[in-house]
Amino acid sequence: MTDLLEVTDLHTQFFTRDGVVRAVDGVTFQVAAGETLGIVGESGCGKSVTALSLMRLIPQPPGKIVSGSIMFDGQDILKMDDDDVRGIRGKSIAMIFQDPMTSLNPVLTISRQISEALELHMKMDKNEARNRTIELLELVQIPSAKKRIDDYPHQFSGGMRQRVMIAMALSCGPKLILADEPTTALDVTIQAQILDLLKNLAREFRTAFILITHDLGVVAGMTQRINVMYAGRIVEKADTVELFANPKMPYTWGLLRSIPRLDESRRAKLVPIEGLPPDLIAPPPGCKFEPRCQYRRDVCSEKEPELKRIPNAKSDHEARCWGTQEGGWLVDTDWKREIGDTRLIEAIKQETASVTATETPGE
Amino acid sequence: MLKYTIRRLLLMIPTLFFVALITFALAKAAPGSPFDKNPDKPPKQEIVDRWNKFYGLDKPVPEQFVMYMSNVLHLDFGTSIRRQRPVSEILGQGFPVTAQLGAQALILALAVALPLGVISALKQNTMVDYGSLFFATVGTTIPSFVMAIFFIYIFALGLHLFPITGWGTPQHMVMPTVILALGAAAFLARITRASMLEAIRQDYVRTARSKGLREQVVIVGHVLKNAMIPVATVVGPAAAGLITGSFIIETFFSVPGIGREYVLSITALDYPVIMATTLLYAFFIVVANLSVDLVYGMLDPRIKVAK
Repeated sequence: MTDLLEVTDLHTQFFTRDGVVRAVDGVTFQVAAGETLGIVGESGCGKSVTALSLMRLIPQPPGKIVSGSIMFDGQDILKMDDDDVRGIRGKSIAMIFQDPMTSLNPVLTISRQISEALELHMKMDKNEARNRTIELLELVQIPSAKKRIDDYPHQFSGGMRQRVMIAMALSCGPKLILADEPTTALDVTIQAQILDLLKNLAREFRTAFILITHDLGVVAGMTQRINVMYAGRIVEKADTVELFANPKMPYTWGLLRSIPRLDESRRAKLVPIEGLPPDLIAPPPGCKFEPRCQYRRDVCSEKEPELKRIPNAKSDHEARCWGTQEGGWLVDTDWKREIGDTRLIEAIKQETASVTATETPGE
Repeated sequence: MLKYTIRRLLLMIPTLFFVALITFALAKAAPGSPFDKNPDKPPKQEIVDRWNKFYGLDKPVPEQFVMYMSNVLHLDFGTSIRRQRPVSEILGQGFPVTAQLGAQALILALAVALPLGVISALKQNTMVDYGSLFFATVGTTIPSFVMAIFFIYIFALGLHLFPITGWGTPQHMVMPTVILALGAAAFLARITRASMLEAIRQDYVRTARSKGLREQVVIVGHVLKNAMIPVATVVGPAAAGLITGSFIIETFFSVPGIGREYVLSITALDYPVIMATTLLYAFFIVVANLSVDLVYGMLDPRIKVAK
């Protein structure tokens, strides 16, 4: 299977007054045509910046894609001139943004905002674009689309606006859709509807898509493969079933522990990941997760591990962790039983408390 | 829309009534009388009495007010005490001049401020931006009468480009118009720049870019209309301010508009002229605010004009 998208060693940095923020720090991954990939991680781990980098939408300055390559359909997006990139945006790669309340232009009609791309990329005239817009709105199940096409965004509910965003993304038949937290701003019942819609449409149109979320629960039923990101890097990748059945890296365990489960007793408490994400201006020298990891050993703070295949797991399951490598101490650990060194957890808690306490007054 | 407009127009009546009431009370509360303006040669008491009787100033103040208002309802604005001419005639001559001066200044201010604000927002933190910021700061901080002195010194006395006083030919109009426009232009440019910068970093602009639109299309089609909403809010009052606020400039350059008439009438306690001019100004401010509200509804679909 040839890859539609091949991201190699992508580095995106923000040059701020306090220093260089390494938001995306050497990310490599592939997406095949029609495939669905989930990118998961906490806020600020570089998921969104990765997505924006793919379309070269990083605000510049202060942001800049420093190095790496993004091969899309045989061409390197990072080497294209601006006109060519614009030709790809909206046509071959489309994006669905997090907050449908602010991502639609409040003073333009829904029809205008969808037709715009059709007229630009599909060379449709006003009438064709309008008719196609009605079809698209019907496709995303907006009731009485014909009547509502000239409405403004404020006349739509949050879920409906996200449907409009989806219609907009689908309008020119893209090969790849980037969905950046598409359901985070919506309430839970609407979330499920939107996710279903996305899933069905992606299947129907054979569109590859990258679903970016902080919520492992969201990617579970949606994607074929998952990349877990932490501090601008991919720290674990596997196919979805494997990752949920057999998570390997302590950070992924932490993410899984913080999701409520139906099969657990109601009194069982969710376990948060203690500590704070690292400062991306001056990240820790070793493993980026080491300061928050209750399974850490001395080696973790000395040298950063590579993203490597995990012994006795499926072949495409990789993790960036000393403990999961050949002969490591975490290879056979059962994350549900062994919660690691509890004294370490306490230490991390206390450290976080002192850091936040000293930081708050100045803020 | 029509119903709303009519309702707003009807609401003008109480507004103007209270403006009239307050102005009347304040003018009457001012010490002195229209007839004691020459202390060296005070007129005889019997003459003053006759004048007072003629202008109705011998009656109690509330009765004077009722009389004045009923006259106004018949569009009779009385006779100027200072100039012995009907007030409507004085304002009829002066108002076109003031309106022309204000309109010219407004057009000039908008023509300068909008492009300047937009460009400096697009070229944020470049020389263009700093230049326009400098202009805006100078324009807002230096009062128009100081500016007027500079202009007269440089362009009239130094370069002999324009006459200092008078009105009528285009040369006469340049300096008053430019100076009047300057403050408004600076203010509008700052608002335009700020609201452009606000609009340009909105999420929907990123959405527009993600559709592959050219940067010009993004700016013109998506940013500008949003950025103009705050600007429209201040243009109305600014327009009213230019038309009503030109009395300093008019006095300075001897422009025969109502602004100068206003100032002179106040020092002379020429009650009929004070009242009529104030009412005219108030009327303009109310109309300007109403038109802003109507334009607002057109610019921003989220604001629905109530039926």
